[in-house]
Amino acid sequence: MTDVAETGFAIHPMDQFIVKRFFCDAAHADCTTNIEWYEITNVTVWMAATVLAIVALMVFGSRGRAIIPSRIQSVGEMIYGFIYKMVEDVTGHDGVKYFPYVMTLFLFILFANLLGLIPGSFTTTSHVAVTVTLALMVFLGVTLLGLAKNGLGFLGMFWVSSAPLALRPVLAVIEVISYFVRPVSHSIRLAGNLMAGHAVMKVFAGFASMAVISPVAVGAVTAIYGLELLVAVVQAYVFTILTCVYLKDAVGGAHH
Amino acid sequence: MVELALMGKYIGAGLAAIGLGGAGIGVGNIAGNFLAGALRNPSAAASQTANLFVGIAFAEALGIFSFLIALLLMFAV
Repeated sequence: MTDVAETGFAIHPMDQFIVKRFFCDAAHADCTTNIEWYEITNVTVWMAATVLAIVALMVFGSRGRAIIPSRIQSVGEMIYGFIYKMVEDVTGHDGVKYFPYVMTLFLFILFANLLGLIPGSFTTTSHVAVTVTLALMVFLGVTLLGLAKNGLGFLGMFWVSSAPLALRPVLAVIEVISYFVRPVSHSIRLAGNLMAGHAVMKVFAGFASMAVISPVAVGAVTAIYGLELLVAVVQAYVFTILTCVYLKDAVGGAHH
Repeated sequence: MVELALMGKYIGAGLAAIGLGGAGIGVGNIAGNFLAGALRNPSAAASQTANLFVGIAFAEALGIFSFLIALLLMFAV
């Protein structure tokens, strides 16, 4: 990041993604370097806030268990029903037993994305380290599950039996490569979308300091904020539905 | 020499960002074709929204890769 101090105009769109110690005064100490794994940083604080928000939604949502649901109960029921239907539609009947994991992933990503939109907060899912952990867990889980359920028949997924025999080795190489690229694209998609959106918002917020275009910039920030709300929900949905698609390969790979 | 390397870095980041245009074309193509199909047969549209999002996600992923290269050139190299 180059500082344009001479013109008195500098935008630091990527500074919002810096990991720093949470209980630390930036004026007196260095908060960003040599962070040990046990230290409380803004990432861990906002992840804890995410988990607490989910727990609060589910605890207060399921407290009443009324026939006519309260508002918070209907929110919980809607999310539950939405994800349950998605798992059932995409992975089929055999996949329903992995519904709790898919639901956990969806709620964590959704709440992390939405809490990241609070001004001044920290978007944990904009860090590749966080999303790679989620994506690798899905990848390893699906691979191990497929091998455990279908044995070596799981490897038949790479041998496209509907193609002509001469093409099959070539297709097998392509299939193997695309299989191992899955966790990469799965994680980079989420982190990239969130990071790009928040960086764009910061760039437009920086333009607000220039008097001539500030009304346009403020309007643009408002519009992009609305777009980011959409992106936050859609990316959580996309991550979850891709998890279901990958899960289908492992659970129902032999039938299709 | 340092300036030359810096210039190459920035030009490379800009070139890598062109790849996002391809992702834009791909996503627009998918959404447009979905809408065309949905207007012809609205009753089948609701059951295909999952496929729509999966298709958009796959098309978008390739653009995100080039965006990643641009970010790596800007901030990591």
